[in-house]
Amino acid sequence: MASKTRKAVTRTARKPTAGKAPVKTPRRVLVLVATRKGAWLLHGDAARRSWRVDGPHFLGHIVHHLVLDPRDGRTLLAAAKTGHLGPTVFRSTDRGRNWKEAARPPAFAKAADGKGRVVDHTFWLTPGPASEPGVWYAGTSPQGLFRSDDGGVTWSPFSHINDDPKYVEWMGTVQDGTPDGPKLHSIIIDPRDPKHMYFGMSGGGVHESVDGGKTFAPLVDGMQVVEGFDPAVITFHDPHCVRLCPSNPDRLYQQNHCGIYRLDRPSRTWARIGKSMPKNVGDIGFTMVVHPRDADAAWVLPMDGQTVWPRTSPGGKPAVYGTRNGGRSWQRLDAGLPKEQAWWTIKRQAMAADARDSVGLYFGTTSGELWMSRDEGQRWNCIARNLPEIYAVETAEVA
Amino acid sequence: MKVLIPSPLRSYTQRSWVAATGATLGEVLVDLDRQFPGIRFRMVNEQEAIRPHVRFFVNGEALFRLSEALRPDDELLIVQALSGG
Repeated sequence: MASKTRKAVTRTARKPTAGKAPVKTPRRVLVLVATRKGAWLLHGDAARRSWRVDGPHFLGHIVHHLVLDPRDGRTLLAAAKTGHLGPTVFRSTDRGRNWKEAARPPAFAKAADGKGRVVDHTFWLTPGPASEPGVWYAGTSPQGLFRSDDGGVTWSPFSHINDDPKYVEWMGTVQDGTPDGPKLHSIIIDPRDPKHMYFGMSGGGVHESVDGGKTFAPLVDGMQVVEGFDPAVITFHDPHCVRLCPSNPDRLYQQNHCGIYRLDRPSRTWARIGKSMPKNVGDIGFTMVVHPRDADAAWVLPMDGQTVWPRTSPGGKPAVYGTRNGGRSWQRLDAGLPKEQAWWTIKRQAMAADARDSVGLYFGTTSGELWMSRDEGQRWNCIARNLPEIYAVETAEVA
Repeated sequence: MKVLIPSPLRSYTQRSWVAATGATLGEVLVDLDRQFPGIRFRMVNEQEAIRPHVRFFVNGEALFRLSEALRPDDELLIVQALSGG
């Protein structure tokens, strides 16, 4: 299906002229915003001070994730559905000017008795490693793992987990999952070894493969579960967002339903680094991002996890918390954010970092505001408001 | 037969009425997918069940099974049961 055509920026390097050095086109940050009612692209200027809004794309579609392929800088995949139609994946090879639907979106294998699982929506998209162009991975709701070898045109179930009785048990039921369906997320490929993979399930724990996805095994030691439940039961584990540090792929961070964690491989035991967060804020939340070049630096956006779990900014005073020492201590970063009566929710995919120096941080609220910081959280500015409920924010660097 | 396409699916067909053939509802949907790739999966899931909120009517009667027989002169209405905000 050809979707709407949207005006987009095309920047080409100028041809070198005789006697003059070639003029390099400055690279710019592109922010990809997926919402409950469509998707938007925000094109930044070189200084990340002004943003040109391109959208909506797929107005009315529920877009759970929008990701640019860093391997070619132009292929975009969007995980989409409408409230009343089945799920699909849209694909653009010209950075959002034209879109085409996947020929075979992620779908579970058909069961002989017709009682097999049904993909409600694709939730997470991860491009494969540079050594495997065209490879993408997708996580779905309910929990399923899929792979495409042709740039997102056709998708197939990947690995044993979709039908493995033990994994299906660990995935729990719809009643065990998040309000809009249990999810497979945080698909991570080790940049040193494409056969080394991780993913998270809400619920169902963190899992690791060292054989290219042929087999996976739980990686949940040290992770806590809701009081009164047995952490030995994988079903009870609810990692919200898992990140691998690009500068040290042996280090992972995790924002969990029950705290903030760090794991330094080869250890298999997560350490709860959220215990050093202020007690009146706590370490509950959905999202987490890591610094692209400093494995000791990471940021979270705490949510209220008390009483009935409002999952809003504690006290109505939003703040990002950052660590510079691997989670031993945290700094409150709220300059520029509302000082009171701001009851924000930020979902697990709705925070991202760019790769600039200094690092830009971005997050989107369920109330449709997009905020960014050009200085690693020291100062925040709202760069878009009045958008639909924001589900995911990603960044890319483009020419 | 003539098939009325609801507005959420017209991005596939670019028009409201299309022609399709088949002896059953399932066969007609397969023929629609042949003409408009991807349209069937939006209405029928991977377990061959009609998705919630998608309704089919022929001559004023609702059809609930893909095996329902159709005649060449039937008129199939596909309806999107919209709800929620």
